[in-house]
Amino acid sequence: MSRFEAMDGNAATAEAMRQINPDVVPAYPITPQTSTVQTFSQFVADGEVDTEFIRVESEHSAMAACIGASAAGGRVMTATSANGLALMWEMVYIAASNRTPIVMTVVNRALSGPINIHCDHSDSMGARDAGWIQLFGENPQEGYDNCIQAVRIAEHEDVLLPVMSMYDGFITSHGLERVQIEDDGAIKDFVGPFTAHEALLDVDHPVTYGPLDFYDFYMEHKRQQVEGMKHARRVILEVAADFEKRFGRHYGFFDGYRLDDAELALVVLSSTAGTARSVVDDLRSQGLKVGLLKPRVFRPFPAEELADALRDKAVVGVMDRSDSFGALGGPLFMELSAAFKIHDVPAKTVDYVFGLGGRDTTPDQIESVFRDLAGIAETGKIQQPVTYLGVRE
Amino acid sequence: MAELTEIRWHGRGGQGVVTAGKMLAQVALNSGQYFQAFPDYGPERAGAPIRAFTRISAEPIHKHCQIQAPDIVLVLDPTLLEAINVSEGLKEDGVLLVNTEDPPAKVREMVAFPTGKVFTVDATKIALETLGREITNTPMLGALVKATGILTIDDLIAQTRKQFGDKFGTEIVNRNVEAIRRAADEVQEG
Repeated sequence: MSRFEAMDGNAATAEAMRQINPDVVPAYPITPQTSTVQTFSQFVADGEVDTEFIRVESEHSAMAACIGASAAGGRVMTATSANGLALMWEMVYIAASNRTPIVMTVVNRALSGPINIHCDHSDSMGARDAGWIQLFGENPQEGYDNCIQAVRIAEHEDVLLPVMSMYDGFITSHGLERVQIEDDGAIKDFVGPFTAHEALLDVDHPVTYGPLDFYDFYMEHKRQQVEGMKHARRVILEVAADFEKRFGRHYGFFDGYRLDDAELALVVLSSTAGTARSVVDDLRSQGLKVGLLKPRVFRPFPAEELADALRDKAVVGVMDRSDSFGALGGPLFMELSAAFKIHDVPAKTVDYVFGLGGRDTTPDQIESVFRDLAGIAETGKIQQPVTYLGVRE
Repeated sequence: MAELTEIRWHGRGGQGVVTAGKMLAQVALNSGQYFQAFPDYGPERAGAPIRAFTRISAEPIHKHCQIQAPDIVLVLDPTLLEAINVSEGLKEDGVLLVNTEDPPAKVREMVAFPTGKVFTVDATKIALETLGREITNTPMLGALVKATGILTIDDLIAQTRKQFGDKFGTEIVNRNVEAIRRAADEVQEG
């Protein structure tokens, strides 16, 4: 029987990790991820899991140990945030290139400097080209559910890529909400036993990880990573379908809210999508045809599906919780704009960079975005392609 | 309770503001309600003014922004009335509940909140007499539940027994229950 608990995102994630019972968890604490691994290390100390918990001296070492343990043939998980992810950088790429199916919770936090411990998406967005699958969750429930599904996605033999599961620092990581926790046995059945591929400890079938690989084969290996990412598109949906069958909660590439007949659409990740949903309801009651699209999967980017979902909209506003300095806008805006171009979507698009360093984003601000979109629909003119929401100019 | 109720807590670091918000969330969970409880994390340290937020609703809660216009404001430390604007954004028909030895009329003189309801309770005195320590969060929860009716005293006491029972033992639990009941009896409206 499932049960309802009052949990924050980090407690729910630690609970998922307890139920998954990974072989190895190397981790280093960093705000706001800390309570995830702190709670999990308590489970280890209390003997509630069989996990080998490795206390490392830095995040670089954490990811290095993850790669080693995964290549050796273990199920491996970890968690980090912001500068911790930045310090891992070199190893993050190597994890994906070695096809080690590590699952890492990234509690989104602004990158320094200036020093800031609060939420934005600059940490994981910076890692968008590292070769990891990236899932974003809105609330503690989605953090729990994505963490569990991530294991199946990463370990699928057609994928074998590491997965990052994101949720918003403090807002979700430290916000207590009602979370449906599934039965231990049901989660164990869902994730299934771990099958190692090309394990270093399988001494009867010796393999090599990370040798020199120049212009002779490097490009073929990169091409295979692309193939794993392509397969991930199918596997993510298969895993979501099985999850829904067993636990009743629906997941896909993205979640649309009052989107089908909407003329103006907003695209925004994670916890802010919840606030936007309440704004959509308010504006709908005033007769405005507005809708919301909350992406869940950022890598692989579901370009065609997003294009189809937004094809008939007059104006699409994108909200980016990180910037790409010197680029045309935030990462979500650029990806979506490219998807619109390639898939012939005529909708006008504008970008709103918001919430950097944890700045609160209010329903009034989101309403102002919808009013802007209505203005663009009326005049057909975009005054400003990128707006910084709620900033002092 | 039909609508969303939004609560803002004011206290000082070390007074149990965050714990109180979480405890209220647990009571809401046990009552079949939806809820959010989240602190406002800054560079807090013992004695510094801190805030925490709670949302309670019969329906799922989607908003994840901070609470701008609370229905209820709780002040755990009377010295905050002079230090910060505790009624900022408080809805005109909202509720202000203050831990103070002063009557509600005196609080109205100090705080710009002419409309709505003001409640006071001497939670510090109750805490000292029941718990032996100046921890005002449990009596303030008792006063809150009595003043607003957002949840029931019985559910609050049940949660207190559940949450504190394993950790602190029967005697401490009974003292907290007494603090809750006394605060519920002694809270004044004006």
